[in-house]
Amino acid sequence: MNIYEYQAKEILRRFGIPVPRGRIASTTREIPAIARKLGGRCVVKAQIHAGGRNKAENVKLAKNPEKTESKAAAILGKALVTHQTGPQERVVKRVLVEEALHIDRELYLGMVLDRGAARVSVIASAEGGVEIEEVARKNPEKILKEVIDPAVGLLAFQCRRLAFALGLAQAQVGKLVAAMQGLYRAFDETDCSLAEINPLVVTKEGEVIALDAKMNFDGNALFRQPEIVALRDLDEEDPREVEAGRYGLSYISLEGNIGCMVNGAGLAMGTMDIIKFYGGEPANFLDVGGGADKEKVAHAFKILLSDQRVRGVLINIFGGIMRCDVIAQGVVEAAREMSVQVPLVVRLQGTNVELGRKILSESGLAVIPADTMAEAAEKIVEAVKRQ
Amino acid sequence: MTETGTNGGAVSVSSLYLFNMAILVDKNTRVLTQGITGATGQFHTRACKEYGTQMVAGVTPGKGGTFLDDIPIFDTVAKAVEATGANASVIYVPPPFAADAIMEAADGGVELVICITEGVPVRDMVRAKRYLGGKSARLLGPNCPGVISPGACKIGIMPGHIHRPGSIGVVSRSGTLTYEAVEQLTRLGLGQSTCVGIGGDPVHGLDFIDVFRLFNQDPATHAVVMIGEIGGNSEEEAAEWIKANMKKPVAGFIVGQTAPPGKRMGHAGAIISGGKGTAKEKIEALNKAGVKVAPSPALIGQTIHEVLKGLRI
Repeated sequence: MNIYEYQAKEILRRFGIPVPRGRIASTTREIPAIARKLGGRCVVKAQIHAGGRNKAENVKLAKNPEKTESKAAAILGKALVTHQTGPQERVVKRVLVEEALHIDRELYLGMVLDRGAARVSVIASAEGGVEIEEVARKNPEKILKEVIDPAVGLLAFQCRRLAFALGLAQAQVGKLVAAMQGLYRAFDETDCSLAEINPLVVTKEGEVIALDAKMNFDGNALFRQPEIVALRDLDEEDPREVEAGRYGLSYISLEGNIGCMVNGAGLAMGTMDIIKFYGGEPANFLDVGGGADKEKVAHAFKILLSDQRVRGVLINIFGGIMRCDVIAQGVVEAAREMSVQVPLVVRLQGTNVELGRKILSESGLAVIPADTMAEAAEKIVEAVKRQ
Repeated sequence: MTETGTNGGAVSVSSLYLFNMAILVDKNTRVLTQGITGATGQFHTRACKEYGTQMVAGVTPGKGGTFLDDIPIFDTVAKAVEATGANASVIYVPPPFAADAIMEAADGGVELVICITEGVPVRDMVRAKRYLGGKSARLLGPNCPGVISPGACKIGIMPGHIHRPGSIGVVSRSGTLTYEAVEQLTRLGLGQSTCVGIGGDPVHGLDFIDVFRLFNQDPATHAVVMIGEIGGNSEEEAAEWIKANMKKPVAGFIVGQTAPPGKRMGHAGAIISGGKGTAKEKIEALNKAGVKVAPSPALIGQTIHEVLKGLRI
């Protein structure tokens, strides 16, 4: 789950990390007053979930309160596409107005799971303000790292080691240590999957401040993070993905025109891959899970068909726990409710497969049956091409 | 060689597979179920017992002294191990309690812990892995289908009937895609020594390399099929290891070639982040290590079949 920069900064503030003074606004006319309160010289920042915002277009400096309004007008309501939004545009509904700081140095500070070590690691770099992947590619030696032992947390000496390696002056070392330890506590207590302060700035006055902030959260831990869940903005997410989540389905929109419904994440990805292998393009990833019932399958089928780009549907079920007759019943029910206008290929395998096939063939639906995954993919790609 | 696995004592797997046809589990494995009174736990405990697995105990805190059919239930893992000599545990408890169950199993003295539960928070697994660091127990999962040595022992949620005893080892991050691959193997007349699910989560127990190491030393395993997926770099690390150490032919498949970056594809661990963990990188690494990678998930069985045919000529 993702949140906005201004929300992430609120969390950081709670964990003792200094952030610029600022306020969120959704209309231009309230902005000059905010700017005056903040002391005049301000930065206006577009708020969307995805990173990779083009700084020139979406972060604007206004030298006085009067200029903030026009700067904000150039951002608010604009549709953004960054390399992190995917193909869908995101409309900017809010801007963050912040005091402009006198920046001396820009650093990078991030925390992320190190999968190999099975621990959280702190990443720091003197190259702040640019994407860390970029630094990793061009100057890997400028990436500093400490791995955190979950039994004791992030230790002061580890932070000092990073601070000195970043070349911080003595007066700032303590401040950076505090910011790092605060960030780790925030990461740990809110079940983050990623926390990034980029840049973390040292101001000309010698303060260490989080100028930008990005936090993502572990979807598996949201059950114990009600305060984080409350920050969720469904408008920033794909509506079909949100709808699928409501029924415990895992759905991801893709670019193609063949809808697929599969049980199990690996097989669902495999089904996408095999559609491509036979020259088609998958419209989505959809995992109905291991314990899907008739209703769940029916919902999944409806979500698939609600995508206007879908020109054909492939259902690929390998029933381990899941019974093929249950799948068949769900498909028949949903197909009756919504007249199916596109070719439908169904491949059932596993528990109660004969019964499942019987339900489909007796339903009167124009189902194209398939025995194997390859046959199913070939048939749907062909059927879609024939249209 | 006089030790047996029935007393719950520390029997190393290396001593077992000298005279057994499998890795990790065999007909002597004595299994307890954590979360045995839940619907999933009940269903699969019965299914595994029916398959022939020695399901010797269950654990549900507060239900000690009761039974599931004729399987005794205990309040704690330690008590279950003491009373029944269980040496493996399978976990079906809900996600908020799964990591605790893993640690209880390790503390209780079982040698192998298999966590089926999907949706365990990463933070919990980071702590659990730290805890396991000082213990002898091996962990499979979480978010895995389990492990099966066909004809001898099935622990987990995989459909037993698609498997056949044989000499192909299977190791995979996926569930249903593994069933698909196993079914292809069985159709081609290629039975399996052991099929191991390592799970789809970013923090998990045994990884590809650990399982390859066991297959490499198992006389009953003649070749290995690995099924990897996008995210992380376990497959790349495994490729390095295979190149340096593996004595047996390996074929594989990497799923997620069409997955977009930055999106979690169902499995918590299946995500391409920062441009890393793509199927392309993994396939290249495996090819370099001499692993034949199937071009389509429908050709996994065929690919290992061809590798083996090539060796016989």
